[in-house]
Amino acid sequence: MRLFLTSLAVLITLIMPAEVRSAENSERSAVSSYFLENGLQLVVIPDRRAPVVTHMIWYKAGSVEDPPGKSGIAHFLEHLMFKGTVKHEEGAFSNSVAEIGGEENAFTTADYTGYYQKIAPSALGKMMAFEADRMRNLVLSDAVVLPELEVILEERSQRVSSNPNAILSETAQAALFVHHPYGTPVIGWEHEIRSLTREDAISFYDKWYRPSNAVVIVAGDVEPDEVLELARATYGLIKAESEPLSRRTVIEPEPTVARSVSYSDPRVTTPSWRRSYLVPSYQKASPGEAEALDLLGGVLGGASTSRFHRKLVLESQISSSAGAYYQGAARDMTYFVVYGSPRGENDLGAVEQAIDAQIKTLLEEGVTEEELVRARQNILKSIIYAQDSQVTLARIYGSVLAMGGTISDVRDWTEKLNAVTVEDVDRVARKYLVMPRSVTSYLRPKG
Amino acid sequence: MGVFLRKQLRCLIFTGMTMLVAGIMTFINVTNVSAIEIQEVTSPGGIKALLVEDYSVPIISMSFSFKGGASQDKKGKEGTLRLTGALLDEGAGELDSKAFQARMEELGVELGFSASRDNFSANIRTLRSERESAFDLLKLALTKPRFDTDAIERMRDAIRMGIERGRTNPNSIASRAMREAVFKNHPYARNTSGNEESIGDISRSDIITMHKGILTRQALTVGVVGAISAEELITALDRIFGELPDTGAIHDVEEVAPSLGEKISINMQVPQAVVSLVYPGLKRSDPDFFAAHLMNHILGGGTFSSRLYQEVREKRGLAYSVASWISTYDHTAYLTASTSTRADNLDQTLSIIQAEIAKVAVEGVSEAELEAARKYVTGAYAINNLDTSTKISRVLVALQTQNLGIDYINTREAQIAAVTLDDVNRVARNLLSTEPTVVIVGPVDE
Repeated sequence: MRLFLTSLAVLITLIMPAEVRSAENSERSAVSSYFLENGLQLVVIPDRRAPVVTHMIWYKAGSVEDPPGKSGIAHFLEHLMFKGTVKHEEGAFSNSVAEIGGEENAFTTADYTGYYQKIAPSALGKMMAFEADRMRNLVLSDAVVLPELEVILEERSQRVSSNPNAILSETAQAALFVHHPYGTPVIGWEHEIRSLTREDAISFYDKWYRPSNAVVIVAGDVEPDEVLELARATYGLIKAESEPLSRRTVIEPEPTVARSVSYSDPRVTTPSWRRSYLVPSYQKASPGEAEALDLLGGVLGGASTSRFHRKLVLESQISSSAGAYYQGAARDMTYFVVYGSPRGENDLGAVEQAIDAQIKTLLEEGVTEEELVRARQNILKSIIYAQDSQVTLARIYGSVLAMGGTISDVRDWTEKLNAVTVEDVDRVARKYLVMPRSVTSYLRPKG
Repeated sequence: MGVFLRKQLRCLIFTGMTMLVAGIMTFINVTNVSAIEIQEVTSPGGIKALLVEDYSVPIISMSFSFKGGASQDKKGKEGTLRLTGALLDEGAGELDSKAFQARMEELGVELGFSASRDNFSANIRTLRSERESAFDLLKLALTKPRFDTDAIERMRDAIRMGIERGRTNPNSIASRAMREAVFKNHPYARNTSGNEESIGDISRSDIITMHKGILTRQALTVGVVGAISAEELITALDRIFGELPDTGAIHDVEEVAPSLGEKISINMQVPQAVVSLVYPGLKRSDPDFFAAHLMNHILGGGTFSSRLYQEVREKRGLAYSVASWISTYDHTAYLTASTSTRADNLDQTLSIIQAEIAKVAVEGVSEAELEAARKYVTGAYAINNLDTSTKISRVLVALQTQNLGIDYINTREAQIAAVTLDDVNRVARNLLSTEPTVVIVGPVDE
């Protein structure tokens, strides 16, 4: 049994390679992409195995776009998007999802905000009509906004204040990004959440929620031509905005100082250690670097045969768990993480020493061809398994496009992974796994 | 850079078999496309399986389960089955832990085992091209696990750390206290992972005995989905499971009715208090199962329109998550309503939840609410359970272990349609008029 942190990077950057499709005689059809006249992008991913379709809309705006002093507004607006429009009173959209047994939810990250419904294909047109309607016609009154602000505060309390690991991560993230808004929590700082108003939400909404700033993904038992017709009849009717829109650009300075943060809490029972290095994301990296970082993550952590697990968990038995991963999905800079927890009488110092020693060996001796092949196979395997879930595929395409990537970024990924050499991996390891780029976190029990 | 969801779905998805089965499917009625055909196959060795052939993705997902779960753990050795399951992919035959894991990785096989209270379950996913080797590896894990000492100690420590983490987590504390109050001396009161003492007392021979007692052909149920033909599967079934012993040693577990009416407060300095209320439920085999399921859906089920969600969250902003669900086991069932809220809102939240429950018990629900619930419960099956191979293969196992029948998918909609308003309101009265057991963990007086 393996106990690893899952790498969101791997999940989000999965793709469906053309050669896998043809080689294994898969019946999957190709992905289609269209742009409507108002600038909205539509992507259709056929999956005809069950009468289910996933309809998602992704807005290219996340907590990075929160104005200074208004942290949490992108996420607050996401909640408020369920409060009704000029045409449909609160609950009408959700009821229409529920009455066919559909599933719906929404999510906010630093880089994008998304909404989705999983439904029977016959309801797709209706969902698109509702979703298109709430892109421009949201109605907010203080009567609905004020209780929702309380909900958000409870959400923050549940996710952060109730979780020592989350408390420390929030500060570690703030220390890693000394200037970029990635250092600010997506849900917002508590004191700023308290000051958010209806007007703040409206102004964020008016600015960012528009067709040219949205990507619609439809994955499931559908015909691309029919989906395009439905999209034209719903999203297509929204007027294009004339004033141009550009996302917030903040460049994180090159780091020069190693940082460390520590936190003790009586709720912690097992200490844990973690180091994050500032590295470029798939969107930011020079050609090949992101793929090399992903594979480096696989060599060091992520599987039972990876170095950290082999050396620290199985051989020296210093750690109960140890791993590494690259969080490749981001618009700007991101992080590469190494982590471990002590086992038995060992303490955090022993884990840190052992991981430091592993990194030293890595930087001096590099990785082997065999390790690289293994790490690559693991990613390629996940790519094939990803085809088994229309929701996963929709998320992969949606997140890449919402971060400014293209369909070919997704399609060419396998090829780019295949091109990575041992030298490429060694080069990114030596360039990025250096102390001045890092924040080390120590989480300990208290009392 | 975390992902924040509008709504927490955890409680709704992972509450045991109820949701899996009751959330279940109607892909036939939804549209006329993509009808899923279930085949029943039996190997020469007498092993039965349900199969859905599907070649659109070159993978195979096999789920299987053995009757007899963690309730088979001996008193004082709680956690034995959980530990046994954790060790099956930690070395078998000639392969030690490292070699076994390397082989799995080489083949691209995903293999997982889990121990619930009534069943020991597993799932394997393999690429079609590697299926022969993958099935051989699975057979090795099932029939020749090594149970090496270093692997036992490593897994024991990992499980122990999980138990210790639970000691400071208000949700774990609440659910543990609830189980102990509701099930007293019954095996259902115990934690499937065991406790600090029991996990240390499990010996290698306890593990070997458990393995022999549970993993048998008679206790086995199999469901398979993906790129494999009936003929290929028949051969594979004997190859994988043929050498397991025919019978084992499973002792009977007694029926138990939840003991209710207690109030338990546990003081803990945390920002939010966890509140759970427990009422009686109905088992999957009860003729009124769907009436109870529909009633629960209206009260606090999985949508943004449930009464608890509307009253606690939407109208008053008292909590981020609030829901109710029915947990069904082989020998009991109960309904839980639960939320987390800050201490100064606790009394108000608790009285709103109790008032809403009392209202359903006394006044019942409306025909309009019932109709909306019927539509949801009918449609949600395909949407929740049929979009990945692994979900479908688990459904195929559930159809058999819950005795729902191979035609359940066709009959389910009619069963739901047949539930009347009187049925739902009678069930509501019967279940919800009881004084619940209330568990509160948070900054409160004990």
